[in-house]
Amino acid sequence: MVKVTIDGTEIEVEAGSTILQACEQAGREVPRFCYHERLSIAGNCRMCLVEVEKSPKPVASCAMPVNDGMVVHTDSPQVKKDREGVMEFLLINHPLDCPICDQGGECDLQDQSMGYGMGQNRYDENKRAVDEKNMGPLVKTVMTRCIHCTRCVRFASEVAGVDEIGAIGRGEDMEITTYLEAALTSELSANVIDLCPVGALTSRPFAFTARPWELKKTETIDVMDAMGSNIRVDARGREVMRVMPRLNEDVNEEWISDKTRFACDGLKYQRLDRPYLKQDGKLVAAEWDDALDIVAAKVKATEPSKIAAIVGDMASAETMKALKDLMASLGSANVDCRQDGGYAEAGNRASYLMNSTIAGVEDADAILIIGSNLRAEAPLLNARIRKRWLDGGLKVGNVGTPADLTYTVQQLGAGPETLADLAAGNGAFFNILQNAERPLILVGSGAVARADGGDVLGTARALADKVGAVSGDWTGFGVVQTAASRVGGLDLGLVPGDGGRDTAGIIAGAQSGEVELVFLLGADEIDTDQLGNATVVYIGTHGDNGAHRADVILPGAAYTEQDGTYVNMEGRVQRARRAVFAPGQAKEDWAILRALSGLLDAPLPYNSRDQLVAAMVEDVPHLGALDQLAAATWGSFGTTGDLAGAAPFADPIADFYLTNPIARASKTMAACSKQRLELTAQGEGRRNA
Amino acid sequence: MLRDEDRIFTNLYGFESPGLDAARTRGDWTGTGDLIGKGRDWIIDEMKASGLRGRGGAGFPTGLKWSFMPKEVSDRPHYLVVNADESEPGTCKDRDIMRHDPHKLIEGCLVAGFAMQAHAAYIYVRGEFIKERYALQAAIDEAYEAGLLGPDACGSGWAMDVYVHHGAGAYICGEETALLESLEGKKGQPRLKPPFPANAGLYGCPTTVNNVESIAVAPTILRRGATWFADLGKANNTGTKIFCISGHVNNPCNVEEEMGIPLKELIEKHAGGVRGGWDNLLAIIPGGSSVPMLPKDICDTITMDFDALKDAQSGLGTAAVIVMDKSTDLVAAIARLAYFYKHESCGQCTPCREGTGWMWRVMERLAVGEAEVEEIDMLLDVTKQVEGHTICALGDAAAWPIQGLIRHFRPEIEARIERRKAGQPVLTAAE
Amino acid sequence: MSVRRLVPGLGPDSFEFTPENQEWAQKQIAKYPAGRQQSAVIPLLDQAQRQMDGWLPEAAVRYVADYLDMPYIRVYEVATFYTMFNLKPVGKVHVQVCGTTPCWLRGAEDLKEVCRRKMGVDKDQGPSEDGTYSWTEMECLGACVNAPMIQVDDETYEDLTVERFEALLDELAKDKSAPKTGPQIDRQFSAPAGGPTVLKKGDA
Repeated sequence: MVKVTIDGTEIEVEAGSTILQACEQAGREVPRFCYHERLSIAGNCRMCLVEVEKSPKPVASCAMPVNDGMVVHTDSPQVKKDREGVMEFLLINHPLDCPICDQGGECDLQDQSMGYGMGQNRYDENKRAVDEKNMGPLVKTVMTRCIHCTRCVRFASEVAGVDEIGAIGRGEDMEITTYLEAALTSELSANVIDLCPVGALTSRPFAFTARPWELKKTETIDVMDAMGSNIRVDARGREVMRVMPRLNEDVNEEWISDKTRFACDGLKYQRLDRPYLKQDGKLVAAEWDDALDIVAAKVKATEPSKIAAIVGDMASAETMKALKDLMASLGSANVDCRQDGGYAEAGNRASYLMNSTIAGVEDADAILIIGSNLRAEAPLLNARIRKRWLDGGLKVGNVGTPADLTYTVQQLGAGPETLADLAAGNGAFFNILQNAERPLILVGSGAVARADGGDVLGTARALADKVGAVSGDWTGFGVVQTAASRVGGLDLGLVPGDGGRDTAGIIAGAQSGEVELVFLLGADEIDTDQLGNATVVYIGTHGDNGAHRADVILPGAAYTEQDGTYVNMEGRVQRARRAVFAPGQAKEDWAILRALSGLLDAPLPYNSRDQLVAAMVEDVPHLGALDQLAAATWGSFGTTGDLAGAAPFADPIADFYLTNPIARASKTMAACSKQRLELTAQGEGRRNA
Repeated sequence: MLRDEDRIFTNLYGFESPGLDAARTRGDWTGTGDLIGKGRDWIIDEMKASGLRGRGGAGFPTGLKWSFMPKEVSDRPHYLVVNADESEPGTCKDRDIMRHDPHKLIEGCLVAGFAMQAHAAYIYVRGEFIKERYALQAAIDEAYEAGLLGPDACGSGWAMDVYVHHGAGAYICGEETALLESLEGKKGQPRLKPPFPANAGLYGCPTTVNNVESIAVAPTILRRGATWFADLGKANNTGTKIFCISGHVNNPCNVEEEMGIPLKELIEKHAGGVRGGWDNLLAIIPGGSSVPMLPKDICDTITMDFDALKDAQSGLGTAAVIVMDKSTDLVAAIARLAYFYKHESCGQCTPCREGTGWMWRVMERLAVGEAEVEEIDMLLDVTKQVEGHTICALGDAAAWPIQGLIRHFRPEIEARIERRKAGQPVLTAAE
Repeated sequence: MSVRRLVPGLGPDSFEFTPENQEWAQKQIAKYPAGRQQSAVIPLLDQAQRQMDGWLPEAAVRYVADYLDMPYIRVYEVATFYTMFNLKPVGKVHVQVCGTTPCWLRGAEDLKEVCRRKMGVDKDQGPSEDGTYSWTEMECLGACVNAPMIQVDDETYEDLTVERFEALLDELAKDKSAPKTGPQIDRQFSAPAGGPTVLKKGDA
């Protein structure tokens, strides 16, 4: 610790802190543009200049470490003048087009010029105009507004791991651009919009649609993957206008993926806004009463063992609790929350959780990835690993399809045989894991979603035990789930009961006629063509695969349209909040199931969402402990089988941008998908350092 | 006047061959191994005692700079980097060293490299000096051939490699950390300091960056002794220095002279005097374009050394004397320099990126009187907003020439504005 | 300094060093520690420009990036930051006129006027109609005591007058290797005209 005096107050700060950090600790605000906690220090904007006694010149506080006995002034007349000077320079070539700028109202330049500017203009020359640059479908550029802080450049090369943004030219003609104006090949690219302190990089889909102050802001949880990213949904009326990240150091820090941010326009398209019935092979609009009556009649006419339900990837725990209770009341054990058929032991949380926790990745010193392309399946988890890798000393091995993960990866093999070999104690990477202090083994959801998934999981678990990945407070083993609903579903035990059918069994039964009625609760990722002659009731939001096959469609609510509890891949319980109402006649999912149960003379024992939540928490107590992690107990799980000759691991995600019905309905995601395909075809932008 | 036997660069004008044999007859590579044999402490102490101050412009004591390198070599190798990015307008001395006396520089690399425990030296030559770079490389090849460089340089047991690297047109690369960035294959944008190069320089390793002339004089200083060098010139401003005299003189030239020589003597003895006689002098920029100009009355008596010029609110800089006679459109001359700094700003930090363009545009208007008188003070204020607020010294360098102009010639600027307002020809009165 | 960008589609689709240049490039890379090949980016871009008769097409930027295992954007930054890289084709005789104050004081503006008159194009406007000439204004080329001066390829031509410059342009157009280089008056490099004031031959 060192002592520094800031504006007359002496405080103790950690040695090695910067003056800016010390000022913040002392509660003194220091304006800044280029400085960002999560990026390297550039020191280029000069807005954070302070006066340091005995220093002949003003000092950039973001870059200067404190010394013991340093005396700093942030409120002297000299500092005021310095800030006014820098502010003036920043503004002379800025267009001051705030009235037509989408950053207006949330612009650092606007705010700080109010706070620290001199409020007048002495610049009488022509202003600079800079050509706009294409940066793909997500990022709109108005480069005349750019203040050259290089946050976007640093984000791309440091956090996203794609060295694709740069500043070309020099002097007052310096321009921020990508190579020949290609889009970024990153799943995190749109974070540059938030980082840009001015209106140079703004949201293209959101352009000119709304002003920030007219939006209703709802703090909620994302469901595009199993990270549980903390988000804020900004809505106007019934429309979700945009999605922004919220800070959660343990989960998403302050980033979100492009899908999380921009799939939201999919909430407007392809929506199921009223019930439909299939008549003569065609779906026709129906009334709720008629649709529910038909479903109830079909349920009553069907043997319980011939009724089944499959849950999709974005269902909330409440929805699944209601479904579980409904199926139980009907006497059917044919229920599964794993539409990908992934192996998991519902009673054994360690078998399906990311036990190390997401933030725990930063403590690992060796990571083995089994059957997962983390960049597509959990881009923010991947960014965490990159962050850890940048710190140095991390070794990463991959068993599966080779992929550019933005950090150095030793490719060990393609499939389960390599895993078995490692578990047998062979190979250099086994030694790396064994010698590591905190080894971490990550199993992709795709690696267990196969016939030998139990063997894969069991072998990986055995490897973890063998290399000492679980010891003390470190559980270096995790399954990387890709579905937001999955952990919640498994926590609720939404797996086949005794003699019940799992997803594959349900599909096979439907094909053979042994299953006559299938409920698809937002389940669109199964092969719906294989459901034979079964009557399919689709409860969901979008006219996607499930709805196309459905005989009855009961329109439900999306994640932005109902409260719901989600458990992320590490077991963190978080609650999503309703930001808008569901469109048309669509209802909240639990209410649909509750109404149906009424017609079946077996009403579910809750008449309100609150009662449902209470019942859910009574069933699974930890679902009531919001924002907390319930650690799993480590034990034995998985099966032991010979993995010799097993097929290589395949990536479960073919296209990052199109993994669920909302994303597939999104025009923005479609544009991203197309753009990425083109870039890949050209082989451009793949130049990562 | 400096005696010829006290001149270090005896082939400054290239009358003799730059080759190794000729260099040896001029005394280069004489007893180099013995100098090294005296040890690095002796070398650094001797350099300190000589009083040599860096010849690249800032005038930092060379021996002291060398002593900042870590005493022990850790896992990071030490590097010597020679700044041959000679780009300061008015300055063309390192060019002569490289093309006519390259062995002085190469020998200097060896002794300096040894003193700071560097086994590798990179000489960063500005991109436009193509023939100079070839000449230097040819001399290095000769030195390797003769065993003066390489695994056992001069039989000293010290392994020394010297490499020539080059830029491609960027004044800012003369700033030492920008030079290191450029040498690492990036844009030449100055680094934040700390860390200083002696701790984290080239490739993050301990590095010392020295000007060509500073390194090239070192072997002679060591051979002839610190006292010899320190006895030349003035206290705190010792030794000899290559001066470049350009502009409105009868015979522009480079010449090695004693530090502290009166400016008038320098010009009259070596450059054939000011065009039209001393009384035709208007102003002089004494140390390369970055230092403020001096009007004739100061030039009458000023001596050419760091301290005297600092006292006159200017600087010795690179000792490049730019002479302007009474025919000079001074405002336009400084406007042209303002354009230079705008052109050469790296664009990294705000005050320089935005300020250099602003200053240039106002200067262009002032040159033709197209301004309000108040704008002179505004311009001065803008120069102050740039000066001292930037990452590197380019901001200061862009500000000072304008400050110098306003300090000494404000009436002329005001008169132009008045003449323009009155509809009179703006420039006629200057003749 | 004006905006400098690569022009996509201008020049060849692909670029490759000649075998000699590949060998040369390997020697350059060998100057730097292992893994620091990026240090060679300026020399390699310069060599590519030489191979392309004085300009640097986009394909060459990509080639050098691949050659040094660098991201394209980082090489793009370098190619646009350093002004000796010509991003558009130049004339057979590409004249670089030093325009900074020391040369300006001694007639650089007159030389620029000669360029305009003789070539029919302004600076940075590309080659003259017949492709013989192009010109640009450089910042201080470091030959201030021999002002005014120009540079063409590797050579400088110093102590110019308007008359000498006009003749020089004609000579260069006929045969670039023909004209005398360096000072164009009777003078030994940077020594004063009329002979040195110190280190006079025979005196020392």
